Amino acid sequence: MADPAVDTLRLVGVRKAYAIGTRAEVEVLHGIDLTLKRGEFAALIGPSGSGKSTLLNLIGLLDRPTGGQLFLEGQATEELGDEARTRLRARSIGFVFQFHHLLPAFSAQENVMLPLLAARGRRDDAMFARAAALIDQVGLTPWAGQRPNDLSGGQQQRVAIARALVLEPALVLADEPTGNLDTQSADVVFELLRRVNRERGTTFLIVTHDPRLANRCDRIIELVDGHIAADGPAPVLGGAGAITVP
Amino acid sequence: MNRWLPFEWIAATRFLRAASLQTLLIVAGVALGVSVIVFISALITGLQNNLFRRTLDLQAQIVIVPPEEVARPLRAGVEPGRIATVVQPRAQRLRSVDQWQAVLAQVRRLPTVTVATPVVSGPAFVVRGEAIQAVNLTGIEPETYLRLVALASKMVSGDAEVGTSDVLIGTELAQDLGVDRGDKLILRTTAGGTATLLVRGLFDFGNRAQNQRAAYVALRTAQSLLELPGGATSLEINVTDPFAAEDTAVVISAQTGLDAQSWITTNAQFFSALAAQSMSNVIIRFFVGLSAALGIASVLVVSVVQKSKEIGILRATGTTRRQILRLFLLQGGLLGLMGSVVGSAAGWFFLFAWRTLARNADGTPLFVIDFDPWLFVYAAVGATLVGTLAAIFPAAQAARLDPVVALRG
Repeated sequence: MADPAVDTLRLVGVRKAYAIGTRAEVEVLHGIDLTLKRGEFAALIGPSGSGKSTLLNLIGLLDRPTGGQLFLEGQATEELGDEARTRLRARSIGFVFQFHHLLPAFSAQENVMLPLLAARGRRDDAMFARAAALIDQVGLTPWAGQRPNDLSGGQQQRVAIARALVLEPALVLADEPTGNLDTQSADVVFELLRRVNRERGTTFLIVTHDPRLANRCDRIIELVDGHIAADGPAPVLGGAGAITVP
Repeated sequence: MNRWLPFEWIAATRFLRAASLQTLLIVAGVALGVSVIVFISALITGLQNNLFRRTLDLQAQIVIVPPEEVARPLRAGVEPGRIATVVQPRAQRLRSVDQWQAVLAQVRRLPTVTVATPVVSGPAFVVRGEAIQAVNLTGIEPETYLRLVALASKMVSGDAEVGTSDVLIGTELAQDLGVDRGDKLILRTTAGGTATLLVRGLFDFGNRAQNQRAAYVALRTAQSLLELPGGATSLEINVTDPFAAEDTAVVISAQTGLDAQSWITTNAQFFSALAAQSMSNVIIRFFVGLSAALGIASVLVVSVVQKSKEIGILRATGTTRRQILRLFLLQGGLLGLMGSVVGSAAGWFFLFAWRTLARNADGTPLFVIDFDPWLFVYAAVGATLVGTLAAIFPAAQAARLDPVVALRG
């Protein structure tokens, strides 16, 4: 269990540049300072090309920053090798993608179980029970044995959420989790994320283009041209100062 | 999911099952290669064993003969500084191995020697009324000689336990002379010996010339006919390992000072033919193995490209590079193993069909093919190894995939 006194995530002057050709470099993140405390439910918004996905990849330890420091549950990550980063990612971070990214060769319950299986190397009964419990929590017990292709978009996303939670991570990174869903399914998925946040104290960082969704978060971080342009509590939907994302 | 299987095994089998048509095609390709290897290997091994059997059945593995007699030119009376430039080789007389009983006892004490027997052989004529035929007369001690060569198994009439008044002849000679088992023949030699002998049995070596020219009598009878009383023109020996016969021959030569010739030196052409056959077998195996490896590698390379998004998902959800590497190596190994199982079964079927269909005119098998179960084990291990090795490059490619790029697809 995460230490409540330690920030879930802390970024200090994080930069990311991409090489174009052999010499030219383009910096897409210019010294990001950001802290997410345990149990926060934050939205990351910004126009296309603002660096949201790049920032999410850095926070998810899928990519390395070209400058600055990134602390995950108090642990510095710059010096970690690939193996250690993978293990830290598995232990501390859960991913929910826009297109759910489930493995079609595995059933819904097996997809949920996969991160546990990869972490422990071998299946055990507790692992199966844990996956079954999560499938139950997301309301998909009748579909536990179905392959992803046999599920609706909303159901697939709920499986992906269960998978993200299976290792009880301190932080869940959700990249447009409702971007591919109809309004009703989007509400179901969002409420599920909120419930997990409330009941487990899991920190959420949700990348979204949907102002309705962003306004329902506790905090909104706006990224513009690789800088944090705004960072503060979300206004009440439709109230004065409510954020509208272009 | 089987609870005892590791993560990589579960994921590898699922990936293979998910791409069932691809898996089926490559397994069929590997199976075809393995069946060819199994069939050709068994065929060539069977053929070689058959040739060995036929060669060794009727000859000793080592033969001790007396040293050749050489001409010794007389120098007396030759002017100083002038010697004969042409020395005519001396004609070889029929001679006995000097003190052969002592040599035989010495040879029998060698640990590698299984059987050793004295033999007297020389030219003779078989006479029956007006008919006369030249034969190669061989005098034997049946109790030891019949352990040395498979004469007893070649008998088509009577038996090979030849006594002092008996003779064994081939079926062709019997036909030429118009005799059968129980008839009498006269044997004459150039040394002046003559004996009237009873045909005890007829043999068939499967070779017309040998059936016409060979005649076996008891050792004492041959000694008497060839005017070599108490002598033996050669000592014939078998050893525990026929392919190590040359080593024992060298030891015998060194110990006795006599000329000991192994079947390996006297059948040099036969051995070079076998070596060429074995080499062609190795070449076939190599190229079939190579094509199977390339097939597996190409399928896995395509699979890595097709599954790059899934690899990205696995990496994002905590699968390490090493696990990805093992997952793809395992897929290669499994493709090889599955191909080898199917291929071995197909190879076994081809061999069975060959054994049933390839027959001589008399219905006997063309040659005996042994079903060696180790051949199937070697094929399985070999194909699994080839599959795993073929998967190294695609597996490394998969493990190197950047998860960000992979997820982007």
